[in-house]
Amino acid sequence: MSDAAKQEGQILGGYLVPNKPHALLAPDKSPGWRSLRDSYDKVREQIEASDADLLILFSTRWVSIIGHQIQADPAPEYWVVDEDFHELGTMHYKLRMDAEFAETYRQCASVRGLHARTVAYHGFPIDVGSVAALQLLNPDNRIPACIVSCNVYSDRAETLVLGKAALDAVKKSGRKAIVVGVSALSNRMFTEFIDPAEDHIHSLKDDEWNRKLLELLEAGRLEDVSQLSREFSRQANGDSKLKAIWWMAAAMGQDNDYQGTVFDYQAVWGTGAALVGLVPSPGAGGGLEYDEDDSNYFHGDRNVIATAANTNKVDDSS
Amino acid sequence: MRGCLAPHPPHLAYASNPPQNEPKSSGAGAWTELLDGYKSLRKSLDQGEYDVIIVHTPHWKTHRGHHLLGVEHFEGLSVDPIFPNLFRFQFDLDVDVELAEAIHAEGEKQGLVMGMMRNPEFRVDYGTITSCYLARPDSKLPIVSISSARSYFDYSNEVGEREMLALGEATRIAVEKTGRRALLLASCSLSHRHFTEEPADPEDPKFEYIYNANQAKWDRHILDLIEGGRNRQILDEMPDFIEQAVSECKDGSLTWLLGAMGVPELPGKVHGYGTVIGTGNAVVEWRLDEQAVQA
Repeated sequence: MSDAAKQEGQILGGYLVPNKPHALLAPDKSPGWRSLRDSYDKVREQIEASDADLLILFSTRWVSIIGHQIQADPAPEYWVVDEDFHELGTMHYKLRMDAEFAETYRQCASVRGLHARTVAYHGFPIDVGSVAALQLLNPDNRIPACIVSCNVYSDRAETLVLGKAALDAVKKSGRKAIVVGVSALSNRMFTEFIDPAEDHIHSLKDDEWNRKLLELLEAGRLEDVSQLSREFSRQANGDSKLKAIWWMAAAMGQDNDYQGTVFDYQAVWGTGAALVGLVPSPGAGGGLEYDEDDSNYFHGDRNVIATAANTNKVDDSS
Repeated sequence: MRGCLAPHPPHLAYASNPPQNEPKSSGAGAWTELLDGYKSLRKSLDQGEYDVIIVHTPHWKTHRGHHLLGVEHFEGLSVDPIFPNLFRFQFDLDVDVELAEAIHAEGEKQGLVMGMMRNPEFRVDYGTITSCYLARPDSKLPIVSISSARSYFDYSNEVGEREMLALGEATRIAVEKTGRRALLLASCSLSHRHFTEEPADPEDPKFEYIYNANQAKWDRHILDLIEGGRNRQILDEMPDFIEQAVSECKDGSLTWLLGAMGVPELPGKVHGYGTVIGTGNAVVEWRLDEQAVQA
């Protein structure tokens, strides 16, 4: 189909899912992990019932330094072992990626000033979070996927631009996409070996912040949660500053007009693990409480220091 | 026992063009100082005899204490998730499981949370692979690989420092008890702020310099302390260095190394210092055998 003949794509909805593999590898070791596994099944059924032809994942477990990496191997097949929870076993995977979309996403990211590249290498270690999410949400690879990395240095502005580029790419490619943020909420883990059956959120404070965030998400207020992410991360050790929420909110249109569903909220080794669904629902949202700036274009950071030095030059001509 | 600061940028393995690595270098020369530094280190290390290489690696990150490889052999393809364009490396490593278990036991005696990694399908991290390759490329020596516990991140720099000194002491006691002649590698950079863009030729020297002057000054200061044998002062200043220079020492490797060596008042030989995508890296050797001879 030519580009001109393609109908503009759209994002049908989004899900937030946990970043750890326990619900896949060891659901029966903990009532909470079992609950998550059962809830994954409900999300999977909802995705299967949708008209989606693409899943786009942003995973906090795939860390990048050089800009943003996008998985473009059409059929990656390998295995991965969690570096911390290696005793839970090996995740052998055979996935299906939308390589054409990955390239479109790269182009759209570049247009917005981001340094982005596709990766397609045999043996590339696809991250634990993405593999677990795809095996639980899309076990037969019926829907092709795309995974984008989480740059360790990117802050809110850059991550918003990356999310907007995802939406650009969806529109351009004509896909009907579902976005998936693979991320914990509070990310403070127990730093010792615990009995999984007694897993719980690390602290009451983390638990209360998680519940506040979930209350907002259930009300469909995704953009408000995006605006709250910095404070949440400071208070509750949010996973990677909640970049997954920034990315999702930007990709989904930066508003509060969603029907939210909290499928589950449990602890995984002390961290906040939630399954949340957000479906666009015009007019559903409450008032916007924006106090963060918006960004549409990324200008890079290689010359930030030099630029600052020039700005701070003392004018001694007088 | 000898101790080395042996940073792991996969760029250096790539630039060395070994047959194990699939991508081939342009040879444009961005990392010459570090490659020369490793060459000088290897020449010096050739004068010693070792039974085992023990490496502490920032790229195996564990929140539940300090983990050690506990499987006798690993081989396979290591693709760097961050620089897959540069590092796709066939590795083949034997593990000294007996020594690893001894360190595990001594660590527990120190009150540390310790773990053994027994999954044979585990991917050995590229920090371990790269540092071992760059220090002893032709080595058939078994290794011990120790993960980087997240104590600095989960608690504070001070807590992390205390843990790493205890882990270093546990390592030294285990080495002594097992009678091993050990080569210790701390697989980390000094300042560690990266550029987030890469030129078309990653080895193009025009794009390679330290991220900013602050990073460069801190690195120079630490190198001066190393060369002056003022290792205790390095530990005193480590929490500040970590914060102010975004140092990879936050992953604990250098403090573990100094702890394992007993924090000697012994100058380190700086074989080379250079930058890789803006980070500061030094190749350093402490020859404890020379100290013993002098004593």
